[in-house]
Amino acid sequence: MSTHTAHPGHEQVDVNDPRLSQFDIVREGARRDDIEIVHYEPQVMPGSKAERRLVRTVAAMFLLTGLAATAFLVVYIWWPWEYEMGRGGDKLYTPLLGLTLGIALLGLGFGILTWGKKLLPKEVSIQDRHEGAVSADDQRITGQTMAYMADELGVKRRPLLGVSLLVGLAPVGAVAAAPLVGGLISNPHKNNQMMVTGFSPQDGQKIRLVREDGRPIRPADISAGGQITVFPGIEHGVSNLHADSPTLLIHLREADAEESRRNNERVGHGGYMWGNYAAYSKICTHAGCPASLYEQQTNRLLCPCHQSQFLITDNAKPIFGPASRRLPQLPIEVDAEGYFVAKSDYTEAVGPDFWERP
Amino acid sequence: MKRRKFDMAAMPAKTGRAVDERFQVATPLRRLLNKVFPDHWSFLLGEIALFSFIVLLLTGVFLTFFFEPAMTEVIYNGSYAPLRGTPMSAAYASTLDISFDVRGGLIMRQMHHWSALLFMAAIVVHMLRVFFTGAFRKPRETNWIIGSLLFWVGFLAGFTGYSLPDDGLSGTGLRIASAIMLSIPVIGSWVTSSVFNGEFPGTIIISRFFIAHVLLIPGLLVALISVHLGLVFKQKHTQWPGPGRTNGNVVGERMFPRYAIKQGGFFMVVFGVIALMGGLFQINPVWLFGPYEAWVVSAASQPDWYVMFLDGSTRLMPDWEIFIPIGDGYVIPPLFWPTVVLPGILVMLSLFYPFMEARYLKDYRSHNLLQRPRDVPFRTALGMMAITFYVILTLTGANDVIADKFHISLNAMTWAGRIGLLVLPPVAYYLTYRICLGLQQHDREVLAHGVETGIIRRLPDGRFVEVHQPLSSGGEHGELPYAGWVVPKKMNRLGALGPAIRGFFYPIEKPAEAPVSPGHPPVEPRAEREEIGSGDSRRS
Repeated sequence: MSTHTAHPGHEQVDVNDPRLSQFDIVREGARRDDIEIVHYEPQVMPGSKAERRLVRTVAAMFLLTGLAATAFLVVYIWWPWEYEMGRGGDKLYTPLLGLTLGIALLGLGFGILTWGKKLLPKEVSIQDRHEGAVSADDQRITGQTMAYMADELGVKRRPLLGVSLLVGLAPVGAVAAAPLVGGLISNPHKNNQMMVTGFSPQDGQKIRLVREDGRPIRPADISAGGQITVFPGIEHGVSNLHADSPTLLIHLREADAEESRRNNERVGHGGYMWGNYAAYSKICTHAGCPASLYEQQTNRLLCPCHQSQFLITDNAKPIFGPASRRLPQLPIEVDAEGYFVAKSDYTEAVGPDFWERP
Repeated sequence: MKRRKFDMAAMPAKTGRAVDERFQVATPLRRLLNKVFPDHWSFLLGEIALFSFIVLLLTGVFLTFFFEPAMTEVIYNGSYAPLRGTPMSAAYASTLDISFDVRGGLIMRQMHHWSALLFMAAIVVHMLRVFFTGAFRKPRETNWIIGSLLFWVGFLAGFTGYSLPDDGLSGTGLRIASAIMLSIPVIGSWVTSSVFNGEFPGTIIISRFFIAHVLLIPGLLVALISVHLGLVFKQKHTQWPGPGRTNGNVVGERMFPRYAIKQGGFFMVVFGVIALMGGLFQINPVWLFGPYEAWVVSAASQPDWYVMFLDGSTRLMPDWEIFIPIGDGYVIPPLFWPTVVLPGILVMLSLFYPFMEARYLKDYRSHNLLQRPRDVPFRTALGMMAITFYVILTLTGANDVIADKFHISLNAMTWAGRIGLLVLPPVAYYLTYRICLGLQQHDREVLAHGVETGIIRRLPDGRFVEVHQPLSSGGEHGELPYAGWVVPKKMNRLGALGPAIRGFFYPIEKPAEAPVSPGHPPVEPRAEREEIGSGDSRRS
């Protein structure tokens, strides 16, 4: 086992000296970069049993890669991949691709790693960091060069140049920003959009409450204690275009309805309910998720995103969690044909809170 | 003209000369080939992030060939029968097509998602390594700042990408993001309206997110990563202390061939693991969530893991609304604090930490040697405090699932989180500080008295004492100086009989891997153990 160890003090070696081995030249090169290879030692004896075993291992890994990659191609081309309902073979398509690709890459990776870690000689080299290598002289030269450049421009002697350049450039910066800002900016209060929902009466016509499939709702459709998500009965009412409008229509039980009505009147919302029915915005006043988990027994509405809880019988006021504002209530009644309609739009802003909301 | 004979053997030399005559690369290339890198497993964590980023680029480009970033409503008519006939956005429909109608599209999608999760995870773990070992100190503050920014830019990349499929889950996330923008005082409604071009969700947000996700943010990431790596290269990597290692040198391997080969192999391994995960582990099955509809959500809606801490902070925030009685009155919603102010503080803290620490310690020197976490108890304790804070928030991000699975009251979970967030970080600080001091003390003890052997000897006068195996041969009480590196704590082979159980259980300490003394190269394992016994040889 040949171990090269360092010997200190390096005078430059003539690299054309024919007596030098290749390694001598390598080490000389390293030295010229201030690197001392202080320890260099083959890990396996050439021709030894250990070397043959390692070579076989690495070769086996590379061959495994070839095999797995071929398997990947075979699966990719011939395995039935088109989706079918049920437990078809197509459900194995992606797992098989992943398995074969993974094995191919891991085989390659571990093959290379074994080659590098076990078969290549171990070495310890030391390189100087040359920190703070920049001399004070150099710093001074560069500094003076830059100062001289400033002098050449003569901004100090001709201040008008500098000032006029700055004055000239300032609007150019604004010109660069203008199209971006101007193009993107959009007034949030256009058409009073933050305060208006799909339930806003159109041409004096009150808006019906409809189901997800667009059918209007009669009081008898909801049993006591039940609730249903309703939408404004307008075009695209049941779509994300009216993301603020989804509303929860709840049929309260007699006692709860009584309490609810009392509390309604306390906050000046008398007449918002129709019979034992109350409608509250489904859009959480905290972060805008649909507050959709209704607990019948306690009349609590829970938002699954951040667990704000609203007490329906008390004007849907928040009683737990991060929400700070009650869910807006939609005033409802029943029209001549016996379907639910909104008496008017919501009387407060629907959805998450914002600065100028009150 | 006579045809000259082609000399194969002279080819490389001739080509080399020809290239060098034109580009003069021989000297810089030699410098590059020879550059020395220190080696330790903990230096590879950042590489995992780099390699996952490469996989992200590769799989991401594939996905753009098939994804349609539009919110136009279409009726789905693809292979996935349960959703046929459903109205949905073109973005969601094309995501379904990638999953079901593009051959090999699903594995690409899943590899993309997994590598994104791995990218963020590797960044966090790498950042912890850099923090706990003090690698961010002068002269590397710039790289620490770039690394911190990389986390937040990666966060944005993840969030915009997560939103693109426009499925039920990501749409809810987007809804919350719009509420967060809306909560900013004074400008909130203008910001939201400008980003969404009107009220949420509008019809343009997906295409805006798309260009941010495939061009602007990756461009920024590539730029930051390039500077990050360039600085590592220029400033040379830090190293652990050890024999022969000083602040002024780098002890390790030359970059070529061994170090580079190991890097190449490691890339393949990371790539392979991502391929396995992408194929075998389902991630983000958007077809189960359905298209985004503003009125539909299910319990257990969790974002990707790196967003969960913000979800958690939002859940813990009490309902403190600030009302400003001017004119019609203005409000600052409670949502503002945990989602805008808190991340802002976290960004600032991480960016300025290196400078704050240097100021506190009045230490303005350059440091190229790493510190063991135990040797800087206050920093390690601060780090553990931060981790505790982060973990509580992340767990709270799933507190509804925890409450459901373990049959705990949801409100109790929230209160536990609120109290825990205030109480546990200081406790973590105190405990970590004490543990660090204890470990330090034990190191000094072993250096002074030797390794505990577990052998009890009875003295002639009847007392029992434990036999210590001295590390130093310089007399019974010769104390060794602490060198900032691992102190052997278990008996070596000389001091004990063979291990009682063979296998994974080691009562006998294996030699520490990092310090290789130039004067005493590690040759055979056995010899290394003898060195520990004789003690002196561990000093260079």
